[in-house]
Amino acid sequence: MEAFTTHTGRAVPLRRSNVDTDQIIPAHWLKKVTRDGFEDGLFEAWRKDGTFVLNQPEREGATVLVAGPDFGTGSSREHAVWALQNYGFKAVISSRFADIFRGNSLKNGLLTVVLEQKIVDSLWELTEKDPQAEVTVDLETRQVRAEGITASFELDENSRWRLLNGLDDISITLQNEADIAAYEAKRPSYKPRTLPV
Amino acid sequence: MGRTLAEKVWDDHVVRRAEGEPDLLFIDLHLLHEVTSPQAFDGLRKSGRKVRRLDLTIATEDHNTPTLDIDKPIADPVSRVQLETLRKNAAEFGVRLHPLGDVEQGVVHVVGPQLGLTQPGMTVVCGDSHTSTHGAFGGLAFGIGTSQVEHVLATQTLPMARPKTMAITVNGELPDGVTAKDLILAIIARIGTGGGQGYVLEYRGPAIEKLSMEARMTICNMSIEAGARAGMIAPDQTTFDYLEGRPHAPKGEDWDAAVAYWKTLRTDDDAEFDAEVVIEAAELSPFVTWGTNPGQGAPLSADVPDPASYEDASERLAAEKALEYMGLEAGQPLRSIKVDTVFVGSCTNGRIEDLRAAADLLKGRKVADGVRMLVVPGSARVGLQAVSEGLDVVFKEAGAEWRHAGCSMCLGMNPDQLAPGERSASTSNRNFEGRQGKGGRTHLVSPQVAAATAVLGHLASPADLSDAPAPAGV
Ligand code: SF4
Repeated sequence: MEAFTTHTGRAVPLRRSNVDTDQIIPAHWLKKVTRDGFEDGLFEAWRKDGTFVLNQPEREGATVLVAGPDFGTGSSREHAVWALQNYGFKAVISSRFADIFRGNSLKNGLLTVVLEQKIVDSLWELTEKDPQAEVTVDLETRQVRAEGITASFELDENSRWRLLNGLDDISITLQNEADIAAYEAKRPSYKPRTLPV
Repeated sequence: MGRTLAEKVWDDHVVRRAEGEPDLLFIDLHLLHEVTSPQAFDGLRKSGRKVRRLDLTIATEDHNTPTLDIDKPIADPVSRVQLETLRKNAAEFGVRLHPLGDVEQGVVHVVGPQLGLTQPGMTVVCGDSHTSTHGAFGGLAFGIGTSQVEHVLATQTLPMARPKTMAITVNGELPDGVTAKDLILAIIARIGTGGGQGYVLEYRGPAIEKLSMEARMTICNMSIEAGARAGMIAPDQTTFDYLEGRPHAPKGEDWDAAVAYWKTLRTDDDAEFDAEVVIEAAELSPFVTWGTNPGQGAPLSADVPDPASYEDASERLAAEKALEYMGLEAGQPLRSIKVDTVFVGSCTNGRIEDLRAAADLLKGRKVADGVRMLVVPGSARVGLQAVSEGLDVVFKEAGAEWRHAGCSMCLGMNPDQLAPGERSASTSNRNFEGRQGKGGRTHLVSPQVAAATAVLGHLASPADLSDAPAPAGV
């Protein structure tokens, strides 16, 4: 997974609470065979409404989602995270996330930032007034910065370390490459192989 | 203190062990099929990774493949896309694939052993719960999820917490007409569908030692239906004889070295299991399920149980719901249950021995009027072997349909399904609601009971056939 150190981009203010994963990506998208291509399914029902914030031309290319409390509740589908990432989001800010969604997001390198609701409110006001306003999410200093706003956030050390270094479970295992190689070197020759060598 | 078989195999695969972390285990063989691999390959692609050990990886197509007209394009678009995706991924990453139409294609758990790729003392994984089948050779074989499939593709290892061990000792000898399928159904009915949770089961004892490799695979296959992580049987001469000469079995000096190692793969006399169950083989008889989980089974000679007879409230409720779904009455003799369909196949009972057993009983007899019988070999090779023995002719003459290899009606992902309300006697492993088609009703049986049931039109054992009128012209 991609390392996350610091990211600056325009934001989408999503003034809704309790956005569940069925709203993020509806069930009929789960038949797909890839982790890519979920961008059109993101908030599919809402996007049919021309006035929905994501449909506004000035939001195109935005990379930070600023959502209401309890974002990502409901089904555990990892597809919700993939859909947000496929669409281009790098970070989601909310005052509260559902646990499983948060776990899935950190595993996939989508940074979920918890800020107090009053700071979320100021981010909403700022980005609604000025769609070009940029928001910086800095994982090194654990700060969110925008015009007139500087707020610190918490993230456990292990998750932070993994995100800063871009380490997923596989990367962590691969840090033990020497152990794996040593094991492979002493595997007996009679063990079967599926391919001719 | 001595170690159990499972502990020995586990210890031999630990790449890294650290306090407070799961062990990192090396995986000797990774089997792939079309349903659970696409997102794993996609993950590799996104992170720019390769398959670490192409030489320990093999793929086949089974869940979605049709069993008729296999040379025509696949009608169902979702199935077609899944198969095409596997073909694309295998080509891109360089994975050996046996696609539909290939002589080595078939249900993934039939293909591994028949190629000789599944051997004693190995760790085998696949994104499929019935991977436990491979434990019949005395290895540790686990079903895994898609994210773990990606992990194994990229690293050839898996971080895993050490499971507990349970001994299932089967004393004595299976009576005539009682098969491995009857034994495992009886074991699951005894310990329950959650009885094996957190355990690796080791089947042992005189009755197990007498079983063929195919029968052992039937037993280990269904370990998962008892909730276990895996099932295994210590390798012995039967195992070695089965393997010798298979395409991927060791040869020459390697064979000798391998056998010397395999012989050490036995639970030590002073080893301790975390749990033990003892079964007396002599008390067993043909066994069938009446409910909607594999633990809801009874001897064929019994009646459908009365839910009121269960002391446990949740079991009572489960039995009530099962009888309602299955359309059965408490107290009705199991033998009186009429079926519409008989399915012989799957990774539980789709091997050559199973087809021989069914054909033996069908020879010179006819499938009852109004009953449809489907015979689906577990792999293309099993199909060819059956044809070379003339079994396909026996099936066709009896009025059964002889099909191409695949999972087929085991889970009805392809067109082979039950219609709502239809009832089957099936040699597969799951009788869940809707498993074989929406509203379909499944009775799990052995191939022998399947064949007898096909002839008589109701659940029956081979012994019941002797009373059947002799077929005309024989
Ligand atoms: S035959 Fe049935 S149980 Fe076996 S792999 Fe196929 S679907 Fe799964």
